[in-house]
Amino acid sequence: MDTQVLTYIFVGISFSLYIGIAIWSRASSTNEFYIAGKGVHPVANGMATAADWMSAASFISMAGLIAFLGKDGSVYLMGWTGGYVLLALLLAPYLRKFGQYTVPDFIGARYYSNAARLVAVICLIFVSFTYVAGQMRGVGIVFSRFLEVDINLGVIIGMCIVFFYAVLGGMKGITYTQVAQYCVLIFAYLVPAIFISILMTDNPIPQLGFGDTLVNSDIYLLDKLDKVTTELGFNAYSENTKSTIDIFCITAALMFGTAGLPHVIVRFFTVPKVSDARKSAGYALIFIVILYSTAPAVSAFARMNFIDSVQEVQYKEAPSWFKNWENIGLIAWKDKNNDQLIQYSSGNALEGIKPNFTNKRGVSGERLVNNNPDLTSTNELYIDRDIMVLANPEIAKLPSWVIALVAAGALAAALSTAAGLLLVISASISHDLLKKTFMPHITEKQELFYARCSAAVAILIAGLFGIYPPGFVAQVVAFAFGLAAATIFPALLLGIFYKRLNKEGAIAGMLSGLVVTSAYIVNYKFFSINMNSADNWFLGISPEGFGFIGMIINFAVALIVSFFFTKPPDDIYRMVDTIRQP
Amino acid sequence: MHNSYWRSNLKILSILLTIWFLVSFGFGIIWSDFLDQFQIGGFKLGFWFAQQGSIYFFVLLIFLYIYLMNRLDKKYKKQSEEDL
Repeated sequence: MDTQVLTYIFVGISFSLYIGIAIWSRASSTNEFYIAGKGVHPVANGMATAADWMSAASFISMAGLIAFLGKDGSVYLMGWTGGYVLLALLLAPYLRKFGQYTVPDFIGARYYSNAARLVAVICLIFVSFTYVAGQMRGVGIVFSRFLEVDINLGVIIGMCIVFFYAVLGGMKGITYTQVAQYCVLIFAYLVPAIFISILMTDNPIPQLGFGDTLVNSDIYLLDKLDKVTTELGFNAYSENTKSTIDIFCITAALMFGTAGLPHVIVRFFTVPKVSDARKSAGYALIFIVILYSTAPAVSAFARMNFIDSVQEVQYKEAPSWFKNWENIGLIAWKDKNNDQLIQYSSGNALEGIKPNFTNKRGVSGERLVNNNPDLTSTNELYIDRDIMVLANPEIAKLPSWVIALVAAGALAAALSTAAGLLLVISASISHDLLKKTFMPHITEKQELFYARCSAAVAILIAGLFGIYPPGFVAQVVAFAFGLAAATIFPALLLGIFYKRLNKEGAIAGMLSGLVVTSAYIVNYKFFSINMNSADNWFLGISPEGFGFIGMIINFAVALIVSFFFTKPPDDIYRMVDTIRQP
Repeated sequence: MHNSYWRSNLKILSILLTIWFLVSFGFGIIWSDFLDQFQIGGFKLGFWFAQQGSIYFFVLLIFLYIYLMNRLDKKYKKQSEEDL
């Protein structure tokens, strides 16, 4: 059977599975809609958290990013796993003990103020929508490449599926579909990784394989990779290029941001006991690490294979995956020296970096671009990093069922995260804005109705992001983590560990974190784009890492302001005492 | 009673978070280049900590925390029963 038929079958089966689960686990009360009735087993919750967390970015983009960044890519590996240690030790058990529905719920109650709750809601909605936009792009890429349908149709199909189980099932439906999605996505990630590891190093464990010697030689894979990358004018694969302080700050921003992401935190509200919240953070990290420890291996294999299969190859003889990705515009080749061979090295192939395709074909049959060649380098190849994981099985010539499986896995990753985010958005609107702030008298039934409505509206907006992808998605990803680190995380941490913090301090802290971090990122990403280089950055810290500085500012402002205002009321002291007991 | 439980909790947290900082920010970033002179298999040690080792330590740390806290909870529960 050919790859496309297999892909239709795999995607079809997995989608019917998700819908079946959604019907079986419909939510019937607000309690079930927001937090699955607190009845989720820690292992199931761990898997659901892992699927919730591992998005299209983790599944599709991360390994590709690391493949091109080399050691610098470690920031994502450490940043997106280390946050779980903070979550498990500093937040999850206490927030579960508090036992409400949403993250703004805690901030509103602990700081006895609806203003604090509103600031939290604003940060939450901003963070979550930034994230959703990325998921929908992932769904679009997979659909257009593997099922060869129009990107827009793909996004609409994805929206319908998410609509079905998020609106009907609420947190309960989402949790059990996420368990299924985790199984699909991890299987889809490991199978090609193991295959490729055996092919390249004879070692069936990818985590060990990329530290092993290449087949039929005594040379270590990483040493070979260092040699090849340096020869082509890149930096050696296993060495850093960014400054230590920048790597430090980016990792920290990603870690603290992870611990402050509302859609992750809220997962710990769904388990029966405090000790289960600790346990499920542990299980979640194990399930996540299975993918995250494999990713750098996939990156190293992919980089090696990619160079081997295109370097100095005649375009006409180039493998079919190369032409397929060129057809959807994520690879471009400009024959600078007219020798009809593909030359790949450091530097940009095209002026303006991204290709702008014409409808014509060149001498060798390649798609022509309007861009002028960038003559400062001999590189002839433009590659979108997002394709590495998806193309990897094809590059390594794996059987077509593996390729189909990867497509189903990528969709599972994108849909599970999108659903989790949409639920957090809808809960914060129906619960925090309506029930707790503007319409306190609505009944539970009405609240559930509003929750479903806001989930539906959020899905529509997310779908629009997918169909008309705003050019700024990639630029604002730093935002999501930076803001979570600079606003939500400190408010939660101090709320639990520092009783004396009053509402004035908390609000001033959150606002200053929000303003400083946004100003820095917006300045370098939108206004002074040309100034966006290490020489101009504050202490050499890139916008991606600035959330860490925002967080320190938040802490400092909160503590100082707090000192000038009265202590929180006695019942807040008692509340914090209760949270601290198991 | 409550205070001693909270103090033991803080002690556990500070020890575990110190290790958390050492394996990631320490070995994976600050001293990573220095550690690269040592080699385990095909990995340079600093590179291994940055892309593999720190992540495994994170998992260990959470499970160590679960174990220590469960033990603390048990001890605390026993004591409060004795107090009654």
